[in-house]
Amino acid sequence: MTNVDGPTDATKRRSLRRTDVVHVAGLARLALTDAEIDLYTADLASILGHAEDVASLDTTGVEPTAHPLPLVNVFRADVVRPSLDRDEVLAAAPGAAADQFQVPSILGVSA
Amino acid sequence: MTVAPGAPGSVTSIADDVRSGRRSAASVLAEHHARIARAEADVHAFNLVLHDVATEAAAAVDEAIAAGRDPGRLAGVPIALKDNMCTRGIPTTCSSKILDGWKPPYNATVVSRLADAGAILVGKTNLDEFAMGSSTENSAFGPTKNPHDLAKVPGGSSGGSAAAVAAGFAAASLGSDTGGSIRQPASLCGLVGIKPTYGAVSRYGLIAFASSLDQIGPFTHSVEDAALVLEVISGHDPMDSTSIDAPPLNLVDAARLGVSDGVAGLRVGIVTELSGDGISADVLARVEVAADRLRAAGATVDRVSVPSTVLGLSAYYLIAPAEASSNLARFDGVRFGLRVSPASGGNVQDMMAATRAAGFGPEVKRRIMLGTYALSAGYYDAYYGQAQKVRTLIINDFKRAYESFDVLLTPTSPTTAFAFGAKTADPMTMYINDVCTIPSNLSGDPAISVPCGVGVDGMPVGVQLLGPALSEARLLRAAAVIEMGN
Amino acid sequence: MVIKAGWDLVVGLEVHAELATKTKLFCGCENVFGSEPNTNVCPVCLGLPGSLPVLNEQAVELAMRVGVALHCEIRPSIFSRKNYFYPDMPKDYQVTQYDLPLNSNGYLDLPNGTRISVERAHMEEDTGKSTHLGGTGRIQGSEGSLVDYNRSGVPLVEIVSGPDLTSADDAKAYVAEMRGILVAAGASDGKMEEGSMRVDANVSVRRPGAGLGTRCEIKNLNSLRSLLRAIDYEANRQIDLLESGERIAQETRHWSEADGRTSSMRSKEEAMDYRYFPEPDLVPLVPSSEWIVAVTRGLAPMPGDRRRVLSAATGWSVATTDIGFAPNAEAIVTVIEQDLDALVLGAIDAGADARRAVNRAANELAGQSATIDAVAFATVLRLEDDGKLTATQAKAVIAELVVNGGDPHAIIAAKGFEALDTSVLEGLVDELITAYPSEFERLRAGDPKVTGFFVGAAMKRSGGKADGRAVTELLKSRAAT
Ligand SMILES: [Mg+2]
Ligand SMILES: [Zn+2]
Repeated sequence: MTNVDGPTDATKRRSLRRTDVVHVAGLARLALTDAEIDLYTADLASILGHAEDVASLDTTGVEPTAHPLPLVNVFRADVVRPSLDRDEVLAAAPGAAADQFQVPSILGVSA
Repeated sequence: MTVAPGAPGSVTSIADDVRSGRRSAASVLAEHHARIARAEADVHAFNLVLHDVATEAAAAVDEAIAAGRDPGRLAGVPIALKDNMCTRGIPTTCSSKILDGWKPPYNATVVSRLADAGAILVGKTNLDEFAMGSSTENSAFGPTKNPHDLAKVPGGSSGGSAAAVAAGFAAASLGSDTGGSIRQPASLCGLVGIKPTYGAVSRYGLIAFASSLDQIGPFTHSVEDAALVLEVISGHDPMDSTSIDAPPLNLVDAARLGVSDGVAGLRVGIVTELSGDGISADVLARVEVAADRLRAAGATVDRVSVPSTVLGLSAYYLIAPAEASSNLARFDGVRFGLRVSPASGGNVQDMMAATRAAGFGPEVKRRIMLGTYALSAGYYDAYYGQAQKVRTLIINDFKRAYESFDVLLTPTSPTTAFAFGAKTADPMTMYINDVCTIPSNLSGDPAISVPCGVGVDGMPVGVQLLGPALSEARLLRAAAVIEMGN
Repeated sequence: MVIKAGWDLVVGLEVHAELATKTKLFCGCENVFGSEPNTNVCPVCLGLPGSLPVLNEQAVELAMRVGVALHCEIRPSIFSRKNYFYPDMPKDYQVTQYDLPLNSNGYLDLPNGTRISVERAHMEEDTGKSTHLGGTGRIQGSEGSLVDYNRSGVPLVEIVSGPDLTSADDAKAYVAEMRGILVAAGASDGKMEEGSMRVDANVSVRRPGAGLGTRCEIKNLNSLRSLLRAIDYEANRQIDLLESGERIAQETRHWSEADGRTSSMRSKEEAMDYRYFPEPDLVPLVPSSEWIVAVTRGLAPMPGDRRRVLSAATGWSVATTDIGFAPNAEAIVTVIEQDLDALVLGAIDAGADARRAVNRAANELAGQSATIDAVAFATVLRLEDDGKLTATQAKAVIAELVVNGGDPHAIIAAKGFEALDTSVLEGLVDELITAYPSEFERLRAGDPKVTGFFVGAAMKRSGGKADGRAVTELLKSRAAT
């Protein structure tokens, strides 16, 4: 898997800034308080500091393991199974109207 | 202060008694309900105790017996379930405010298998929120106490499941183990706990923490009980793509064989890297005792180096939070559970961010932040990518070790149960609790924690046996030998 | 509309096609359009906690058909998670094939012969559908948006072309051809109007010979007409900006068919960072070579192949021009689209004239649901060619064959369409020459208008049974002697 290449040297990795944590909170959809941002900036720096043994390891020629199982090709047949009861599903929803899930307005879509 | 240990019968004896009509499922349940009524207020093992549902299930078992039908191998056995496994129509919370009040519209596969075997579900047990923790102090509903010493933690994250069995509220319980969450509390509560081979037990209906590491397994008082429960819940499930389609595990016989025949010729390796620095002396002493017991039963014991296991903790704290950050995205206030709208109103994205901020506790947020960062552009290769390669190294190291050894022996937890608040100041202090248990989650191999006496504080100590994939029978046989010495 | 002179247009297309499976990609809920909202949902496609995906084998089969039809390499693939929060995406990540797509490095040939590269055709899951309500929404007193998850988890192939298209017309032809391929492969119903085929266009402009310009991705292209209009609009928007010295911002833009313009969809959100990683709930997909061979062997003929066969049979070119299809090509395309080529080729086999078979099929049988027997069809066409049936009679017989089938000769007899025997017709023509000598002299002198007079007279005397063309031929030969 090759995501966009970025800083790979330890110096850059260690320079975790508060703004990085704000950015990550946005990606993670967490409305954190200023105090939480401060806390997690310190915590992440500490944990990532410990993880430097892994980050800086020479892994030339080592294949990644995404999964401990050697399985491939697990399929199901294209056979219809019963769906859930709509009333039961919508009863668990925090917002419902007109047999659908209701949410506050979705930004950036006009149709 | 402690809660009187011991249960009204083992899994095996209850099932035998109920199936043969010596005891009714209803009376067994009543005894357990009575113990819960006496001590649950002190222990807080449960998020929810089931009364009516359990009573009905017990009645159904007794009716089946009366009608001459066999209700199954766990007939009338009261079992507690970690509250991260879905139970149809019964609240399932992950000990998180974000799921408070949610009733799943379906059963986890293990729940169906237990019910089909005649087991009686007595309650949903407390855990560190979303199974993230090693002490149950991260529960949104308050911590669970260790029945052996109420001032101490039961371990975690499956602390409620461990405490429920240790206090005799249930004959067995199920937990989930992502980095040690069954084995560590089993060790701290004096129980047998198994993390099966990845894929041996269906994860369908287990609310995911880290999908490539999570496995469900049993807590019991005895090795034979653990074998029986694991036989019932394991096996292929077409609803889980990562479920192994292999012949059924023959575990009860293996456990009995350990008792009757010992472990002649078994090659046991004590893992050097996991039996030194950072492990308390009294725990290490119990590992030596376990080794002696195995030797006495015919095993050979040597030291073995599995060098990359020292990287396990770091790799785990990159992989598990990364997967968790994605697994926990769906808790967004749209389809189920908590919804919090910002005071200012706002759009759907604002609602999601407010809901997640209010619904998740500090440790869950910490891991989501960590995992999101580890996967983000520019850092993937250094963190997640590297951790996956370390995973390969650990797997290869274990493979090499299993060329010369049949099972590996390590401590389960670096210490006995610790006091509340002792390890909450710095996250790393808590994370280090999992140093011995994490490698087998990364490799996907099975591991068992079996009680082996007590430490200098009189608290239980467990030792851990590791083996290659699907070697549960071998592990249980060896564990039975260690157990016999208790 | 065309783009301004002095600029080249570069278009790449992303086609999302819903696969025609019975069930969704990862669960057993029905994959069907138009159900009541939230009736085809389960723990998996609602993303409920604890649920797990299991891959639909038939979806893989259909995706492989698309790969084979587009001449792709089919390779082992893994599914990844594409993480971003959106309410119509229940897990807040999409399961998709990222760096190891099932199908890659293929191509599609446009009917005009231009080869368009297909970079990849990967599998992924569809999202649910959200409807914006607004203060005056159709639900009284409701605010915000409503979400229906019936479409959530429907299997898709996303087919990504190279930046090889150089005109809106080619883009349109690409989509039309893609639709034909998907339908022929049985992989998708290709219905743009139901959203089972959706197109995003990456549009950029450049000076001839210059490197690629900054592109914008245009969304909400729900018809071929939208595609044409949006590409032209967007190209000219970019040209106007560049000519006035401004820069193009790489962004996603929304096409409004009503306004005839694109507008930026960028919200205040920062740049997307999807944090792809391998989906741990699924195992790798490794299609065996046997499976690939079976899919290849089982694939129905593609529109391009069918066009080539018909084109060879008729000698007609099927190339398009900038103004659209040539009339002959259009008949072939109609025959292909209406799935009539087997009938046409059957009729040719049975001795019918190829051009007549294509034309009659395109004109008389397009849109008819009933099938008609190729031999019967050929018989009618041959009778028409031999002058035993007039054009009008032939069409009537074909119409009867469509409705009731049967033996063409019996239909002809029943309708009294028996054309006149040659000797009878010769006698009739000779009678007329004798009856109208001065008109016949004018015909000999080369006045073409008199032919019509004689044909009309022959029709009158024969009660409509004379074949106009045969009469004309006879008159010509009599006049020549
Ligand atoms: Mg896509
Ligand atoms: Zn579904």
